[in-house]
Amino acid sequence: MALNIQDVTKFYGSNKVLDQVNLTMQKGEFIALLGPSGSGKTTLLRIIAGLQFADGGLLSFDGEDITGTEARLRRFGMVFQSYALFEHMTVAENVAFGLKMRPRATRPARAEIGSRVQALLEMGEIGQLADRYPSQLSGGQRQRVALARALAIEPRLLLLDEPFSALDTKVRKGLRGALRDLQKRVGIGAILVTHDQEEAFEIADRIAIMADGRIEQFDKPENILKAPATPFVAEFLEGLGAWQNAGAGI
Amino acid sequence: MTAATVTHAPLHPQIAAFHRRQRLKRLALILSAAAFALLVMGLPVIAIVARAFQEGLAVYAANIVEPDTLHAIGLTVLTALIVLPINIVYGIAVAWAITRFRFPGRRILLTIIELPFSISPIVAGLCYLLIYGATGLVGSWLDGWNVQLMFNLTGIVLVSLFVTCPFVARELIPLMQVSGRDQEEAALTLGASGWQTFRHVTLHNIRWALLYGAILANARVMGEFGAVSVVSGNIRGETMTLPLQVQLLYDDYNATGAFAAATVLTLIAVITLVLRSLIEARHPHAS
Repeated sequence: MALNIQDVTKFYGSNKVLDQVNLTMQKGEFIALLGPSGSGKTTLLRIIAGLQFADGGLLSFDGEDITGTEARLRRFGMVFQSYALFEHMTVAENVAFGLKMRPRATRPARAEIGSRVQALLEMGEIGQLADRYPSQLSGGQRQRVALARALAIEPRLLLLDEPFSALDTKVRKGLRGALRDLQKRVGIGAILVTHDQEEAFEIADRIAIMADGRIEQFDKPENILKAPATPFVAEFLEGLGAWQNAGAGI
Repeated sequence: MTAATVTHAPLHPQIAAFHRRQRLKRLALILSAAAFALLVMGLPVIAIVARAFQEGLAVYAANIVEPDTLHAIGLTVLTALIVLPINIVYGIAVAWAITRFRFPGRRILLTIIELPFSISPIVAGLCYLLIYGATGLVGSWLDGWNVQLMFNLTGIVLVSLFVTCPFVARELIPLMQVSGRDQEEAALTLGASGWQTFRHVTLHNIRWALLYGAILANARVMGEFGAVSVVSGNIRGETMTLPLQVQLLYDDYNATGAFAAATVLTLIAVITLVLRSLIEARHPHAS
């Protein structure tokens, strides 16, 4: 068991956005948090990242309690919806950032950082873009840079906040497969937040369907399709039939 | 492709008349704006320079190197050197607090920051005298410890801080509101500490606005008259800043000396203007 979320609750003022959420994730698993906007999936991801903190409940990773651990100490790589690239740094500098910020004792030598960055860029098929600035990249390229930057810190977990939402359909489909391959190759667990059913069903090992701050169902895609746990899930997944008939994925 | 056909087609007489009227209106507007600018802003600057050099370069130079005037220039620069760094730190801190946190009293703070813009500087000076003067609330207590705040450099620095403290914060707040937290949060998840995040990410994004605010604040510090004149005590050769010195020389019927000193202030204004437009060209968000 890699990540364990136990009874996590979060309020915005008097508004309960997460209501005793429980979720257990296996090592190397790819999980999708799927739900309509306002269902609390992004808040849950930000709590896992350490950018926000739960008002109640526990978070543990590999048995270590991380409920109150700061984001910078968690070593969870995150890809933001806006990608949040550092606009004043080149692609290579963006990817090197996490390594350069390490305390001297654990910071790799300059040459070592350079070769690691190049390797990551090659892995993301953007090696030729090392000296470009983010403003000179296409949406798909920016997404690849954001992913390479998150992977550079050798994360223990990969967090993806709607990483495809800013891309057009064609690019999106290609990158989906690339992301899935990369995640399996690196062998780390990943949590993807999305409101796109097709995306979740194609990419994830297990899907947590969220509504109103609760997880309605958490299971493998085929099980969810076979037996929706609640009327909400059944209704939310209407229209996915076409995708299933086409025989894609799984 | 259509442009060619348009130019070759005969213009409809009504449209031609319309264009003529437009050109005329444009010309009238440009002329009146230019005349106004020349009369209100251009002529005084020319007058200052003309009057300062009226009796020749030698007299001008002698007036500039007059010990009291030199001292006033030195005091003005010293005040700016003390006030600006404090202003920059304060501006960043306030902008950070207001744009990155939600706390009770946030809106009130946002309003209070702008207060110095709406209070007459001379009133501000009097308030400071009332509180920090030897008979004032805080001043009398400090007087017991033999600490004097007014009628010296400390007083000048204090009122200059009051008058200029909104400049940097005002430039930063809208920019930091727009740029949001995304990049900073990304830096945190990548393992950067708060200070590293500020130094490598935030500071880069706000640097032009910061410089812009600092330049405006600098111009104000060096040119401030009202507030400073109340708390400086007008001690000749000691607590006279450049604007005060200009007034003093003029009252002493030394018009050439006054205008010579004024050219220094004008030069500062022109440099500010040039730097401003240079920064605006590189960083269109500031303003």
